[in-house]
Amino acid sequence: MTHEADQPIEWLRCDAPASDVVITSRVRLARNFAGFPFTGRADTSERAQILRIAQSHILDADLAPKVMWVDITELSDTERRVLVERHLISSNHAEGDQPRAVAVSSPDERLAIMVNEEDHLRIQVIRAGLDLTDAFEQANTADDKIESRADFAFSPRFGYLTACPTNVGTGLRVSAMLHLPALRLTGDLEKVKRAAKGMNLAVRGFFGEGSEAAGDLYQISNQTTLGRSEREILQQFEQVVVPRIMEFERSARLTLAQKRPYFFEDQIFRALAILRSARLMKIEEAMTLLGVVRLGIVSSLINDVPLATLHNLILNVQTAHLQRTHKRNMSQRERRIERAALIRNALKEPNHG
Amino acid sequence: MSHQCDRCGKPATVHEVTVHAGEKVERNLCQECAREEGLVAGPHAPINELITKFVMSHGAAAKKQSAQSPRAKPCSVCGITLAQFKQSGLLGCPSCYSSFADALAPLIERMQQGATHHTGKTPRRAGATVDRHERIALLRRQLHDAIQAEQYERAASLRDQIIQTGEPVAPASDATDPHNACGDDDGGEAP
Repeated sequence: MTHEADQPIEWLRCDAPASDVVITSRVRLARNFAGFPFTGRADTSERAQILRIAQSHILDADLAPKVMWVDITELSDTERRVLVERHLISSNHAEGDQPRAVAVSSPDERLAIMVNEEDHLRIQVIRAGLDLTDAFEQANTADDKIESRADFAFSPRFGYLTACPTNVGTGLRVSAMLHLPALRLTGDLEKVKRAAKGMNLAVRGFFGEGSEAAGDLYQISNQTTLGRSEREILQQFEQVVVPRIMEFERSARLTLAQKRPYFFEDQIFRALAILRSARLMKIEEAMTLLGVVRLGIVSSLINDVPLATLHNLILNVQTAHLQRTHKRNMSQRERRIERAALIRNALKEPNHG
Repeated sequence: MSHQCDRCGKPATVHEVTVHAGEKVERNLCQECAREEGLVAGPHAPINELITKFVMSHGAAAKKQSAQSPRAKPCSVCGITLAQFKQSGLLGCPSCYSSFADALAPLIERMQQGATHHTGKTPRRAGATVDRHERIALLRRQLHDAIQAEQYERAASLRDQIIQTGEPVAPASDATDPHNACGDDDGGEAP
């Protein structure tokens, strides 16, 4: 892998729309080549063929100024985990030795196409903040360009055919990663989660399906892919669903700041103090505290920590990133020591050198 | 109708009758206890569970109809069965959507909140290619199986059939694109 920790990757940008609550917007299109079984049913040689076809189409289609082709089977465990932590591939895609790859636009990492995941292609585009329309345009253009060279499995009735019928039709999943610390502090999170499910949305943790909500970060996404056009799905999500949840969080923040200012500030500065002092740091604790500090920054209570520093930490405290920085596998204890040191160093108070 | 739940005493809504060693056992349960006992699906039953329940009830109905029901047949292209789909939640190939159309349509409708038809984007090259690709996929699969079984004569004939469609035997990259989007379903290229 050639990534550098300080490269300006898209989801760490800090100047994005609605970024007080929305960390990232993400769009994914599921596509399968006609004439092949779906990945799960394809044997090794068929998967290798699918991979070769995908590689030539993707690399010839001029999808971005620079596209890296990463053959996942050639990567070490740590390198695979790095891709998962950067949200470029799913945990499923990181496992196993069957032919599989990911194509990534470099260095912005806005576009990532997983090849031979559950579907032959999973075209994913990410944007910082709330910007689903722009993300969709890029994914749609990539889809057009690949489709001009290949035949995708499609039926007039069911649309784009996918391995799992939950994705059939548009194959479109739109999602937003939301930072909801105030709703946790006011105890209203469960209410909002229930409301989201009532609006027919899936609510997941930071690393997708089945994961915990590290750092008060939640991914919400549409559940249905059939019967509505891409634009309708997009519009409903971007203009109705996300703003509604965003308003819940913003009003919880306001309530805390106005009605319980000491509690609010105590939570924030206590989190910052722990991060600036701790000698051992578990990943879960780091994520929670960094999330609370982020709330302090976007609420203008903390002024000596740039948001970019914080976003970089959220990525670099992750286990595989930590091991990659230190170029070795580390025990859990070593990781806790190095994670604490990394955070102390990054959050050092300017006056104290 | 004033049954009470055998477990918690709330009004019962589910009435279960089982026969154990020739003896009939009746139970009355409220919605909540019935769900805990796995008798009814929750409001947000996970997809896999939904499929399982659906295919199970579907399977029972199919058995009643006839043992030779077309629904019991595996997909003609990839060979997957409905039971395998039930287990994994994943279909085997694009043709499964037509092989299992009868069973899938109501399931998709439930998964997709009542939606039955695609109204979104259509690929520019679609239409003419759907049947054609099913046929080529089937030929490739048969070729693969013939080679595995060392039936070389059959394999050679299958290979020729694929070549006649104008498609490469092993699907290749984008180098050639002789078959245009519309029409000419037979793919015969006049020399």
